[in-house]
Amino acid sequence: MDKRTKILYGILLAGAVIAPFVGGYPLFLMSALCFALFACAFNLLIGFTGLLSFGHAMFFGMAAYFCGHAAKVWGLTPELAVLIGTAGAAAMGYLVGWLAVRRQGIYFAMVTLALSQMVYFICVQAPFTGAEDGLQNVPRGKAFGLINLQSTPHDPLFGVIPVSDDIVMYYFVLALFLLGFGVIYRAIYSPFGQVLKSIRENEPRALSLGYDVDKYKLMAFVLSAALAGMAGALKALSVGAASLTDVSWQMSGEVVLMTLLGGMGTILGPVLGATTIITMQNYLAGFGSWVTIIMGVTFVVCVLAFRRGIVGEIAYRLKR
Amino acid sequence: MTEIFGVPTQALMGQLMIGLVNGSFYAMLSLGLAVIFGMLNVVNFAHGAFYMMGAFFSWMLLNYFGVNYWWSLLLAPLGVAIVGIIIEKTMLRWLYQLDHLYGLLLTFGLALIIEGIFRDQYGVSGQPYDLPELFKGAFDLGFMMLPKYRAWVIVACLSICFATWFVIERTRLGSYLRAGTENPKLVQAFGINVPLMVTLTYAFGVGLAGLAGVLAAPVYQVNPLMGSNIVIVVFAVVVIGGMGSILGAIVTGLALGLIEGLTKVFYPEASATVVFIIMAIVLLIRPAGLFGREK
Repeated sequence: MDKRTKILYGILLAGAVIAPFVGGYPLFLMSALCFALFACAFNLLIGFTGLLSFGHAMFFGMAAYFCGHAAKVWGLTPELAVLIGTAGAAAMGYLVGWLAVRRQGIYFAMVTLALSQMVYFICVQAPFTGAEDGLQNVPRGKAFGLINLQSTPHDPLFGVIPVSDDIVMYYFVLALFLLGFGVIYRAIYSPFGQVLKSIRENEPRALSLGYDVDKYKLMAFVLSAALAGMAGALKALSVGAASLTDVSWQMSGEVVLMTLLGGMGTILGPVLGATTIITMQNYLAGFGSWVTIIMGVTFVVCVLAFRRGIVGEIAYRLKR
Repeated sequence: MTEIFGVPTQALMGQLMIGLVNGSFYAMLSLGLAVIFGMLNVVNFAHGAFYMMGAFFSWMLLNYFGVNYWWSLLLAPLGVAIVGIIIEKTMLRWLYQLDHLYGLLLTFGLALIIEGIFRDQYGVSGQPYDLPELFKGAFDLGFMMLPKYRAWVIVACLSICFATWFVIERTRLGSYLRAGTENPKLVQAFGINVPLMVTLTYAFGVGLAGLAGVLAAPVYQVNPLMGSNIVIVVFAVVVIGGMGSILGAIVTGLALGLIEGLTKVFYPEASATVVFIIMAIVLLIRPAGLFGREK
């Protein structure tokens, strides 16, 4: 990492830390972080391994259900509930990946989409998801049994700065986001990440060099599924609900759009893309089906004229 | 009343019939997807949206212009095909040199736009499409009642599928198409207008989806969401059958419709998921699909 990049990351981190005190609405910031992590996890596949998974909502949404169930029915602490969501998503990722890596390219996308639709139908019928109602009133509980994330007047920080429970929850989400982001960053710049990139660039060549391509793809898939699950679990805790929307194919499409808009194969692109889309949805919430239309138009414009995405385009301009 | 495996024959046959109707739609849609993929290398995610558009066009023709069912069987698919031509000429054209996934992403965006527009206009509740007089009532086959319209849908779909197969596999035009699928550059060198052929292929494929939509309009309610519900199942059908073969797409579509119908009788809870489960099993046993070729 060169000096300029370090400074950029430092500024971004500082921005994330002070965001709730300079007008950022904590619930909005949390949801942006969750989707940013989701998109980063997705980007690990599309951007760095060349696999288009069109069913990532199944990991996001199922982890939300797992986590919500653990927190609400079993009464576990939030960090354990998130862990259960993540582990559940990883296990699903292993199963789905094991099936899906048998096919390449466009078939891989169709297989993952079909499997996620199957998961969706199971969620519609299964008793523990609450079907149309979803899981409501998921409690946030006390992190590590100590820090209350919900509904108590906290002592002001340093005796002067007022802190709401949402702000404490925001830092909980931020900490786990940074953990997930760090894992992805580390994976990309490791020898493992280099092998993934070689698969993206030229799969037969990677195979002929002796790499077990399917095994690497599966590992990347499980890692991506687990982190997508972590994002979903965090979302369930911060919003206090898990619903069918989280497992639907529309959600899978949204994460593709976030990554595409931000820049596939860039580190920060998905974060920016996710924030942009969430902001857009926030402002357009009153327009009903127009949100869908605008997202569709964004898709078309990105694919036709803007394939590098925002961050990819900036990086390209800077390099020239 | 006679029973088979403890299920009344009447109910079993009825569900099989519905299964066959669904299977006919799967067959027509996966056929169109396969033809488009063969020629354009694009997985047309908007296929479901075009199916919905066909159904809506025929509903609009009837309710706004008083055009009857028979004319809309011709006009609605034509309208859908024209929309397809515009999309191919203005957008898809630019993506053929790129990775296949961009075609999927573009058509996904288009599907969102089309669905969004119809949802904005008509909401999410279905619009009923009245059966034409001719098809009201049912045939009494002795062991079951066969609704006339369902019989018509199955006959029509099978004839259209057979005609498509015949044109592609047995005529000169079809031989150009197959050659274009194998090696477009060489076909172009022989003096055949490949870009025009590509455009017409796309128009034909989506027109087929539109026609399926018109046929489906009286069976289901005309609903903006009907397309995205079916397209994912059709994707699974395509993965099961493999996109290499026309006949394969037709047979797989019909067979899966029947299996879905049977599941509804014997284990209704699994009827929504059975196609996907079969897909998973096929991936385990024959990763290239039942009729597919390993590349």
